[in-house]
Formats: sequence, C-alpha cells, structure tokens
Amino acid sequence: MPGCKTYAILFPAMLQDYLLLAVLLVVATIFPIGGLITAFIIRPHRPGKIKGDTYECGLETIGETWVQFRVQYYIYALVFLIFDIETIFLLPWAVAYNQLGLFSLIEMFIFLALLLGGLVYAWRKGALEWI
Amino acid sequence: MPTTQELIAISPEIILALWALSVMFLDLLIAQSRKSILAYWSLLGLLLAGGAEFSLWGREEILFQGAFVQDNLSLFLDLVLLLATGLSLLMAKGYIKDLEMEHGEYYTLTLFATLGGMLMAGAGDLLIVFLGLEVLSLSLYVLSGFRRTEPMAQEASLKYFLLGAFASGFLLYGIALVFGSTGTTLLGGIAVAITEGGLLGDPLLLLGLGLLGVGLSFKVALVPFHMWTPDVYEGAPTPVAGYMSVVAKAAGFAAALRIFLSAFLQLAGDWTLLLSLLALLTMSGGNIIALAQSNMKRLLAYSSIAHAGYILLGVIALNSWGLSSVLFYLAAYGFMNLGAFAVIVALRDGEREYLALNDYAGLGSRHPLLALSMAIFMLSLAGVPPTAGFLAKFYIFGAAVQAGYGWLAILAVLNSVLAAFYYLRVIVIMYMREPAGQVAKMTHSPALALAIFLAVIGTVQLGLFPAAVVELAQASLFPFLGS
Repeated sequence: MPGCKTYAILFPAMLQDYLLLAVLLVVATIFPIGGLITAFIIRPHRPGKIKGDTYECGLETIGETWVQFRVQYYIYALVFLIFDIETIFLLPWAVAYNQLGLFSLIEMFIFLALLLGGLVYAWRKGALEWI
Repeated sequence: MPTTQELIAISPEIILALWALSVMFLDLLIAQSRKSILAYWSLLGLLLAGGAEFSLWGREEILFQGAFVQDNLSLFLDLVLLLATGLSLLMAKGYIKDLEMEHGEYYTLTLFATLGGMLMAGAGDLLIVFLGLEVLSLSLYVLSGFRRTEPMAQEASLKYFLLGAFASGFLLYGIALVFGSTGTTLLGGIAVAITEGGLLGDPLLLLGLGLLGVGLSFKVALVPFHMWTPDVYEGAPTPVAGYMSVVAKAAGFAAALRIFLSAFLQLAGDWTLLLSLLALLTMSGGNIIALAQSNMKRLLAYSSIAHAGYILLGVIALNSWGLSSVLFYLAAYGFMNLGAFAVIVALRDGEREYLALNDYAGLGSRHPLLALSMAIFMLSLAGVPPTAGFLAKFYIFGAAVQAGYGWLAILAVLNSVLAAFYYLRVIVIMYMREPAGQVAKMTHSPALALAIFLAVIGTVQLGLFPAAVVELAQASLFPFLGS
C-alpha cells in the first residue's frame, strides 16, 4: 500500500513540481497586473460626462438603474429558457436523425415528455398567469 | 444503446428518479389538506429503491462504458443515503406542516437530492461526479431556504448557493485540468494514463487534483472550507439541516473515495499529506469552535465538521481496515446525527422551536424518554461505549495507527476528549439543571417518534452488534483492495 514510505521516496521530485507550480502562480499573478499597470501609465486620461454615464446596451438610460421587475417576469423568462434550450438540443438531433436510429427517437421523446411535464407543472402552479 | 442488463443494474436510480417525478405531479392533484400522503408515497419509493439495492448486492456491474459503477461500495453508500433520507422524511412530515411550508416540492427535492448522492456514490467518471453533485446541491440550495418568509432561511439559502456554486466551479476546473493532463475523465482511464504517460509529477495533474480536493472539501465542509455550515444549518429547516449533515457528507466522501482510490492511487503520496493536514485542521477547528456554541443547531453543525475530520482519517489510512471503517462511520454517523436532529425537531411548541442550549434544562424530568434518546445520541457522538460512535471512532483511529499515522490518531483522540465536553454538557443541562422559566414543550407525532426510535435502535445496534454492518462494509471494498 503506498503510504508514507512511498512519500519519502517521492519527496525531492515532488518538491520540484510544487516549485514549478509556485513559479506559475507568480507569473500568473504578475501578468494581468502588469498589463493593467502599463495601460494605466500609457493611456490618455480625459474624463467627460458622457464617458462616465452608465452604459446599457448602447441605449440611453431612463430613470433609476435600481428598478424592480415583477417576479413573474423571471418565471416567464425561466419557462422560456427551458424551451429555448429544448430547441438547441433538438437541432443537432434532427440533423443527425438518420444515423441515430430508433433508440435516440425514444430518448428524445422521453426528454420532450419531461419538458412538457415541466410546463404542465409550471402552468398548474400559476407561473403563466400575470397577476 | 443501454442493454437490459445495464438498465436492471441502475434500477435503484431509475426508480428514485421516476418516484421524484411522480411526487411532483401528484402534488398538483392533491389538496393542500392532504399533502402528507406525499410523505408516505415518497417513503414507499425509498423502500422500493432500497429493495432494488438489496437485490443487486454482490454484483460488480460496470455500466455505460465505465461511466457508472454499481458495485457493493455504491450499494452500501446508497443504502446509507436512502436510510438517512427516510429518517429525515419521517422527521419532516409534521414539522413542515406546523411551520406552514407543506409543499410537495419538499419531497420531490429531497428525493432528487438523494438521487444526486447515489449518482456520486456510483460514479465511474468525473463528469458523473459533477452531475450528481449538482443534482444534490441544487436541490439542497432550495431546501435550505424552504421557509421563504424567514430572513434567516433566505440568508442560509443564498449563502449556501453562492459558496456552493463557487465550490462547483473549483471542482469543474479541477476536472478540466485533469482532463487536460490525462486526456480522459473516466476514473479508471485516469489511473491508466498516469501509469502509461508517466504523469506522476505532472504539475497540471497535481493542480487539477488539488482543485478537485478543494471542491469536494467545500461540499463535506472541511476546515478551512467550512464557513457556510453553521449559518446554513441554523437557517435551514431542522430536518433539512439533519439531512444535509448526513447525505451531503456521505455523498461527498463517496465521491472522494471513488476519485482518490480509482483514479489517483498512484499519487497517494501527494494527497495523503494534504488530507492529513486538512483532517487535523477540521477536527480541531470544529471541536474548538463547538465549545463556544449556545445554539443546538450551530453546535451540531460544528460537531458535524469535526466528524468529517475523523472520517478523513480512514481515507488517509488507505488500507482495507481504514476504508471499511469510513463506511461504518458514515452509517453510524447517519443514525446518531439524524437522531440528534430528530430530538431538536420534537422539541417545539407548534411553530416555536427551542434551539437554545438552556431550553434543554429540565428535560430529563419532564420528557424522560426524549431526554434519554438525546443522551444516547450525545454519548454516541462523543464516542462513549457501547454506542455506535465509539466503535466507529475505534475502527477509524485503529486503522490510522495501523497505517503509521499514530500522531494523527493521538491528536484525534485528544480531540474526542475535547468534544466530549460539549456533548456531555447537553446531558448535564438536561438532567441536572433547573429550568429558568417553563420547560420546553414537545410536539408528539407518530412519524417523528418512529424516526427517533429507529435512530436509537440503529445507534445501539451498531454499538453492540456491529459485525453484520462491518462485514457488509468490508465486502464493499473488495474490488479496490482485493482484501
């Protein structure tokens, strides 16, 4: 059983590996910080009102940024997302359908049944009602 | 395409998955006043899955090109998980009704979480480990915030989610690095690749292994990755806290056993050193902080951290004795810890829970049976003979000594002495202190009484007649050590 004895034999080689890791760690720390510092030194510095504005998809921000959304909105979005992903799964399956055979057909129907079950569940729980 | 044989071998998991779905849809049809039917229905599912496990005992099935392994190890751990789930459901039935959160999702999520744990226990591929872990964790994130209107539950849920997601990230990154180094995510394939590719000291592999270790340490709450535990246990509904403390831990250790034994046995020199350090920190940290707790749930949270440290000793020992004692410890820990949580569940007045340590004053004369059960669980957690906790500790420490980790075993024994203080203090408060005001009330329910009764039986049984379970545990390790 490799226990502490193996460890003693392996120790010098292992130490070297950890040294490599340490070097990697140092380099990985310096690299991004160095980039940021260089950018800070050489970039032009001209702040302006428009530059400092909140950026939101290129549209002008209207009102406060801390707006509350209706919680139904998120539930709607979640239900939508499930079916969005369903399409993504269906597409490669449909493209390769001829090679996959009967089993994948059954499998896909199980998958669809699960999603449909999810929709029924969400419906019954009132997730689709806009109160 | 899966063969019939494969489908039969994975039938416990399939049964549980279908059962969880059936609970979800039954919930839509059942009126609010009769939701407790779902508890019995879920218990039936657990029994069926457990029966399927028993019928598979002794088989060594490698399924789906090695992605899933249904051997005695996974069956043993699955049975521990199913048992713990059953106990926690018995505890939960009355509790969630009284605290006005009796939704069918409670049972669905619990069953799905157990399914995740079972997937981890049988994983033959790092991706299945990850999949199982996510199924388990995502269910637990929701369950820990099940009292939606309580700020404490929200805090628990959010904290657990953020840290848990972070830990999953670590785990996934570790898997990616291991894959980058060895070119496979199959556990057996990794071992082969390490031998054939001469990857013994590969930095990428070591870093990957380290990140995997960090991810799993978060999930089983080893110091210094334990910060979330007390807050989450305190905010989560008590049955969920008990469930988490056993199921998440057992599943985490199951995955750790699989990963470290099947894939990284050749790197044992590296990870045993790290794990012995973690074990030391975890035992000492958990026990020392537990000394200062005055809230029962927080006390048990820190005690569960300390127990994870003891269990780690068996993994480090890396001999057949040590590994079978890990399994025995998980079984014993399941009974005694869930039992202690069941007593906390029982000690409430409808909606009001008595969680402060001082609320237990006078329990010995007012509710003698409940106090006696609590005393048994506390003695077992402290490791006093003739309880399960004593033998579990005895086996684990013995294995550590046998493997040459005498110093660690001595420190673990010293830790148990330290831990005895706060466990025995609960007993002292129950029997020897006069209550300051009114004695805490108790809520009766047959299901809860059954849960406590089963936990007492389990704790005493494993302490007095451990042979059967020890033999099962040893039979579980056959494929790994050939002993």
